[in-house]
Amino acid sequence: MNLRRDVFQAIADPTRRAILLLVAAQSMSAGAIASHFDTARPTVSRHLQILTECELLKQEQNGREVYYFLNAKKMKEVADFIESFRDIWEDRFNKLESIMKKYKPKK
Amino acid sequence: MERKTKIDAEEGKQELRITREFDLPLALLFKAYEEAEMVEQWMGTKVVKLENRKHGSYQFETTDPKGNKHGFNGTIHEFVPNHKITRTFEMENTPFPVQLEYLEFESLTPDTSKLIMHVVYQSVAVRDQLLRLPFAQGINMAHNRIQEMLTQSK
Repeated sequence: MNLRRDVFQAIADPTRRAILLLVAAQSMSAGAIASHFDTARPTVSRHLQILTECELLKQEQNGREVYYFLNAKKMKEVADFIESFRDIWEDRFNKLESIMKKYKPKK
Repeated sequence: MERKTKIDAEEGKQELRITREFDLPLALLFKAYEEAEMVEQWMGTKVVKLENRKHGSYQFETTDPKGNKHGFNGTIHEFVPNHKITRTFEMENTPFPVQLEYLEFESLTPDTSKLIMHVVYQSVAVRDQLLRLPFAQGINMAHNRIQEMLTQSK
């Protein structure tokens, strides 16, 4: 089963999160990204492949080099997940507020 | 309507913070957590047990629209009225591990108050899975509705 396209699995790895942070600042070649890590180059390539497969990163050919840049749209999807979670709490707390406004102390 | 609830879920951390400001005096906000009757109303759950004290425990039972019962429980470690509650939280019969919750209650003005809920999960993966649960459920519900519509139109 191929689960690699799962965005959350992609960002669960600390190296991949670090790559996303790097690329968020500016688009970079695979070599430039790898130079920021002590990890072996093939390992970094593998991370880049996973991030590209789940569309968090996009590739662009620039001369002989492939540059990676952040796919802002997909990153927003990740934020949208939290939005649903927030909605649940918002509803719950709104209910708390309206119920407590009508609170009558017990005698 | 203005949205007052804030979720801070820093990437790669096994915790999150839920912050909310209420148009309620601190004492009323705290009562919403202290009195079983109030908990039942705003959380839409049955309170089986609620012992508000150190070494106390609580047990809730919620019935979903299909009539299935879901149990929740935990142990209370700290209970300081109008100030804080420290407790564990467990969803029974689910694969989700127990989580630790620090609830802090603050007075902002005589009529407003604030709740900070700091939740610590077993791992980053568990936190992220729980965070996406409402979204996944939303998709499932939409999916079920589509299926129902298709079945009915046959």
